[in-house]
Amino acid sequence: MATETATHHDTDQHDHHDQHVDMTTADWDGGAPVFKASYGKLMMWYFLLSDAFTFAGFLIAYGALRFSSPSWPVPDFVFRLFPFAGDTVLPLIFVTVMTFVLLFSSYTMVRAVQEGHRENQRGVAVWMFLTIIGGAAFLGCQAWEWATLIGKEKMTVTKNPFGTHVENGVYLNADGTNSDEVFEVGASYLMHHISHHAHGDDHGGEGDHAGGHAYEVGEEYTEAVIDDRGLIHRKYLVTSGPDQGIVKTESYGPKAFGGLFFFITGFHGFHVFSGVVFLIIIFVNVMSGLYVKRKNGYEMVEKIGLYWHFVDLVWVFVFLVFYLL
Amino acid sequence: MAHDYEKSKSIALKTILLLAFITVIEVIIALLGKGYIIKGFHAPVMLIGLVMIGLSLFKAVKIIFEFMHMSYEVPAFAKSVLLPMGLLVWAVIAFMQEGNSWKERREFVNDKNKGIEEVQQEEEPKQTGSLIKELDESDFQ
Repeated sequence: MATETATHHDTDQHDHHDQHVDMTTADWDGGAPVFKASYGKLMMWYFLLSDAFTFAGFLIAYGALRFSSPSWPVPDFVFRLFPFAGDTVLPLIFVTVMTFVLLFSSYTMVRAVQEGHRENQRGVAVWMFLTIIGGAAFLGCQAWEWATLIGKEKMTVTKNPFGTHVENGVYLNADGTNSDEVFEVGASYLMHHISHHAHGDDHGGEGDHAGGHAYEVGEEYTEAVIDDRGLIHRKYLVTSGPDQGIVKTESYGPKAFGGLFFFITGFHGFHVFSGVVFLIIIFVNVMSGLYVKRKNGYEMVEKIGLYWHFVDLVWVFVFLVFYLL
Repeated sequence: MAHDYEKSKSIALKTILLLAFITVIEVIIALLGKGYIIKGFHAPVMLIGLVMIGLSLFKAVKIIFEFMHMSYEVPAFAKSVLLPMGLLVWAVIAFMQEGNSWKERREFVNDKNKGIEEVQQEEEPKQTGSLIKELDESDFQ
């Protein structure tokens, strides 16, 4: 009798124990999705989180280097050109257009996901196509921006022709006299390449190097020094501070600017590029009717959608720290 | 279902319009703060920076919660992603401050070094001219 009770009690406890195990592992035995989200969506989110760490690393490097430099190129001076607008000064306008292109493509992506939820193949295809166009347009804009910086303004990973004046001063004329181009502390300058110096520049007024002589690489003139890359370092007379009365030559701006710009926007651009590639692959799958058979509300479109919105999300922060601040 | 679809469609449209509007406001503030819109008007950098970071964070929240559907996920999941992301934003801001401190220390050291250099220059005047003589034909005769 006693043993019987004990045995019964034992099994009872055993059952109870089993049940307990079942409850703690219920989410993990494959029966139910963790966090009520599919494996793919969940892992896409955690991939994006890890990607956010990489971008944050870049932005931390940018923030720390920028604020540790005595001067830094002013973004609205560096990014002031617009395609087909020549040398017209349109600060930050082009990069705003780029932001709108990316925002628009984010909206079309949301619409594609929504059409996917109601299993509307045609709707998904149309909106995904528009998203691909948006992504490609953004890449095109970035290509122009890079081409201008590298080709026209001669920015490299280690050489940055955008500088900032740390003293008041006045530029010199070809005959060594003071020109009418006066600048103050904090004014930005861009050292032009000899091939561009004929078409005006951004130092405010023109009317310098009136001699009209052609500059030669590696030569020194009364009003400028030409370095071995063909950039014109203009000379100026300092009119304030302890070095007042001394003639100085424009120097390169903070070295880190070019490297940070190319690596951060390049890494983001690489994300946009791979996003476009994946969008095209999934677009082809949508057209082929692959996801119609799966009957899961076009989950693949939702996953690439997450990635695409993340690219837009990162751009919000790149736009903030690189262009706005 | 059809009702849900119409509703989410209008939410998406409202969100994108809001994001576009905030972007325009941000650019206007950036240009206003740097004296492009009103000649000679410059706003304090710190104030502009804070407003800009605030607006950008608001944009980020809108993108994550509406476009990426985070508001429809389980709260524990949302926390597991958002908490690390929030810490990253803090890290970016903290390192800007850190960089500023590096700059101040470097300036401090430079100022001290400049003082030492001036003392040394007074002690030994800089050598001028060159001792190297170029030889010409007369030296060999």
